[in-house]
Amino acid sequence: MTLQFIGLSQINGPLVVLDGVPDASYEEMAELVCEDGTVRSGRIVHLADQRAVIQVYEGTSGLSLKNTRTRLLGHPMRLSVSPEMLGRVFSGAGRPIDGLGEVYPEKYLDINGRPINPVSREYPRSYINTGISTIDALTTLIRGQKLPIFSGSGMDHNKLAAQIVRQAQIAEEEGQEFAVVFAAMGVKNDVADFFRKSFEESGVLSRVAMFLNLSNDPVIERILTPRCALTAAEYLAFEKGMHILCVMTDMTSYAEALREFSSSRGEIPGRKGYPGYLYSDLASLYERAGAIKGCKGSLTQIPILTMPNDDITHPVPDLTGYITEGQIVLDRYLDQTGIYPPISVLPSLSRLMKDGIGEGYTRADHSAVANQLFAAYAHVADARSLASVIGEEELGATDKRYMKFGKLFEERFIAQNFYDNRSIDQTLNLGWELLSILPREELDRVDSDLLDKYYHPREDI
Amino acid sequence: MSEKIYSINGPVVKLKEAKAFQMMEMVYVGNRRLIGEVIGVTEEETTVQVYEGTTGLKAGEPVIPTGAPLSATLGPGILTNIFDGIQRPLKHLEAESGAFLADGVEIFPLDKERVFDVTITISEGATVSPGMIYATCPETSLITHRCMIPAGVKGVVAEVMPSGKYRVNDTVAKIRKKDGSLVPLTLCQKWPVRTPRPSAHRIGIERPLVTGQRVIDTLFPIAKGGAAAIPGGFGAGKTMTQHQLAKWCDADIIVYIGCGERGNEMTQVLEEFSELIDPKSGKPLTERTVLIANTSNMPVAAREASIYTGITLAEYYRDMGYHVAIMADSTSRWAEALREISGRLEEMPAEEGFPAYLPSRLSEFYERAGCVETLAGGEGSVTIIGAVSPQGADFSEPVTQNTKRFVRCFLALDKSLAYARHYPAINWTTSYSEYLDDLSLWYAKEVANDFFPLRRKLAALLSEESRLMEIVKLVGADVLPDDQKLIIETARVIRLGFLQQNAFHAEDTFVPLKKQYEMMKTILYLYDKGTKLIARGVPISKILATGLFDKLVRIKYDIPNDQFSRLEEYRKEIDTLLSF
Repeated sequence: MTLQFIGLSQINGPLVVLDGVPDASYEEMAELVCEDGTVRSGRIVHLADQRAVIQVYEGTSGLSLKNTRTRLLGHPMRLSVSPEMLGRVFSGAGRPIDGLGEVYPEKYLDINGRPINPVSREYPRSYINTGISTIDALTTLIRGQKLPIFSGSGMDHNKLAAQIVRQAQIAEEEGQEFAVVFAAMGVKNDVADFFRKSFEESGVLSRVAMFLNLSNDPVIERILTPRCALTAAEYLAFEKGMHILCVMTDMTSYAEALREFSSSRGEIPGRKGYPGYLYSDLASLYERAGAIKGCKGSLTQIPILTMPNDDITHPVPDLTGYITEGQIVLDRYLDQTGIYPPISVLPSLSRLMKDGIGEGYTRADHSAVANQLFAAYAHVADARSLASVIGEEELGATDKRYMKFGKLFEERFIAQNFYDNRSIDQTLNLGWELLSILPREELDRVDSDLLDKYYHPREDI
Repeated sequence: MSEKIYSINGPVVKLKEAKAFQMMEMVYVGNRRLIGEVIGVTEEETTVQVYEGTTGLKAGEPVIPTGAPLSATLGPGILTNIFDGIQRPLKHLEAESGAFLADGVEIFPLDKERVFDVTITISEGATVSPGMIYATCPETSLITHRCMIPAGVKGVVAEVMPSGKYRVNDTVAKIRKKDGSLVPLTLCQKWPVRTPRPSAHRIGIERPLVTGQRVIDTLFPIAKGGAAAIPGGFGAGKTMTQHQLAKWCDADIIVYIGCGERGNEMTQVLEEFSELIDPKSGKPLTERTVLIANTSNMPVAAREASIYTGITLAEYYRDMGYHVAIMADSTSRWAEALREISGRLEEMPAEEGFPAYLPSRLSEFYERAGCVETLAGGEGSVTIIGAVSPQGADFSEPVTQNTKRFVRCFLALDKSLAYARHYPAINWTTSYSEYLDDLSLWYAKEVANDFFPLRRKLAALLSEESRLMEIVKLVGADVLPDDQKLIIETARVIRLGFLQQNAFHAEDTFVPLKKQYEMMKTILYLYDKGTKLIARGVPISKILATGLFDKLVRIKYDIPNDQFSRLEEYRKEIDTLLSF
């Protein structure tokens, strides 16, 4: 039998205060039954003797101090998990909403998870071929990596994520299972629908578990959404041995929900009103990616976040960049020029790339080509800013070649069709073809042997 | 004796009217015996920060005092190990709780069963005082562990065991103190992490920490016993630079603290260091390394403690007479942990939400670096190299600004250099080292008399170039006179061929000082030659056409580290090719 408490002592935003609770535990789950019989769920966020502060996920409108009955469940927030979760749609708090009934649980897991022991981690090395040149060649995605997409409103980040999911040959070896966990936080219904459609189109829908907290769903529930999704993902990856790709969009909405919750608790705000623990909180999500020694599966994360006002120093992208293993940054200028995917090459980075490419993984010349393309494209930026002052005609011969290189690099290397799936050989050869526009002595990041093999100067373009 | 929990808020637990606790005392919290530390005592309430997750804790559960502050266990077996922020061995935790960390697991930090080959160095009847060495044993194939008499133990050796095989907790000697009490000595001892370990006195800084990284050793040297900070936005290469230093610097012992950083990075350090061979000794680098891993998703209070645990281990080895280098990656995460806990305590925030005591905590930490004469009469040092992760890569934020006040070597990483894949992305115009004067004697004696004069010339050329680049950005390079063009061309060689260093290239990853000197000398030789020719009216295009500049850029790959004397030939070639 569980005790029920009648009435509340205080209601303040999403928080309610309950007095005279003897045996409550920190972060315990609670159910609040309203007058009309509807049930809301909540979690104890502060305990002081017999007083408990409960955060109500569905909001407190309609609750009054008298009409509410509260039941404490005796355990922290848990998610019932089972391999049957694939192909299903859940609410942001992990309840099925596709009308197909409850999932028969194999076990219940605490949604906060536990940190992976650094000793038990397997250092990620196997690369994932996404078929997108800029990612494969320059910011290689590695299995078990967390690689976010930094975007802005109105850019094609969703399309890019959908293309990665469709083309990522994450389970190329026999007998390995691949699945997608999708978490939507505060996105519009259209966006969720776009993902559902594109999963259907690429034939993976039956291998996708979707957790949806749309923009009109309760804000506080948004704090649970990525945790539920990652709990499911961890279970499938580390207990069922699947290779999981976890797409989470939009992390900025998540952080805003956290800010809302924090300010309702009267906590001291840090930068831009976000709570001081935003870093630790985001880390508790992102760090759940990885691979574990002795486990077949892996968990790769592609969080998507929109940078408010395209500002990469905004706390959310900034702290994300400090936790994740690199970032793919989208660029408004390229987007406006009609280049898809509008990946801004210079600030994009994959930290795990260096150990997952080269001989035995991709191709021996990969790292040299990537470095040279970065260096050359960085020079293009200098040449362009000079050209904008003195005019392109006045540039020296070398800088003119760089201008040419920059243009073709954007048009042919960065730009590619939504259905264009390039192999790593195609991508690297394309890289060499473009580098061949430049004079040989400019290619200072490449060994002479490689130059002899791949560099064929072209004066014609 | 125990008291009861009154309130819980994240990692902060409060107790009402519990006066039995000391400030900074370690306590066990709740039925699961989570480890905590008392951080506030008033008439009404006692505040405890808990180093583990508090989910599931209930009001009314007991809090048990231990009577001692949070301490590190010091003894043989620390090296090659990996600990969390409060010195729990992660390998044992793995055996205990699997791949995911569990709460309330208390494990003795060192391997209790491992047997060491101990040589006892004291004899019965001898008078001993704190810091004296009473036993030694080989801890790894590189490092001899020296057990020192713990603080507060002074007296006469009453009993001593013969040299032989012992485990860390076996008693090897007994000391009779003046008051007649007997103190047993084992191979290990405890030390409160927040208190600096004592030494006889500080001695002056005069030797560099040789890192094999050209931009550091030549332009911005770090001193043994000094403190350096490496600030940089994400992706600028802080961790990569720290790894390079940990791998190649000439310290005897490396303490690497992963403080609130990525789990995969710690795995990488673990893997790489066990594969890498120390060039001096031919042994794996792990033999001289201890890792402290409190990744970003591990409890935040333990992250705050990890810095202190790390520096205490470092000081312990310093006291044995070793040169220790400590890499803290990243001190910003530590400052954020302070901020987070301060927020939970509802303290009045100062700048950007950081507590007002941030500068004093930072200075306390960096002042634990130093070169000392140990109590045993030897010489040891602790060098601190702290990474700083400024919010939004903005160096004006409080952690970077306050760190700048307490370190004397500042290696600023630059995003635009990192974007162009110029690594290490240390910006040569904003970085500085105040150790130059202290080290000039050593460089003159050990490397070459004219090392520092040449260095000054190199630095001057680079700053001259950055001034000229302002003009070039506006009007292009073609309008500059030839002597200025020569500066730009030479600076290009310095940037590409000298400052840029490839960490993944077998030869280039570590470069000995002598080769650094020869490279610098050769580049400046070419510049001097060029200046003379231009003064005589030779056009710069003719000098460039010799291909010498590009040849010098490739020295780092073309000349193996042990054949730096071949650079003499380069200078001869410069003479022949430029004899117009």
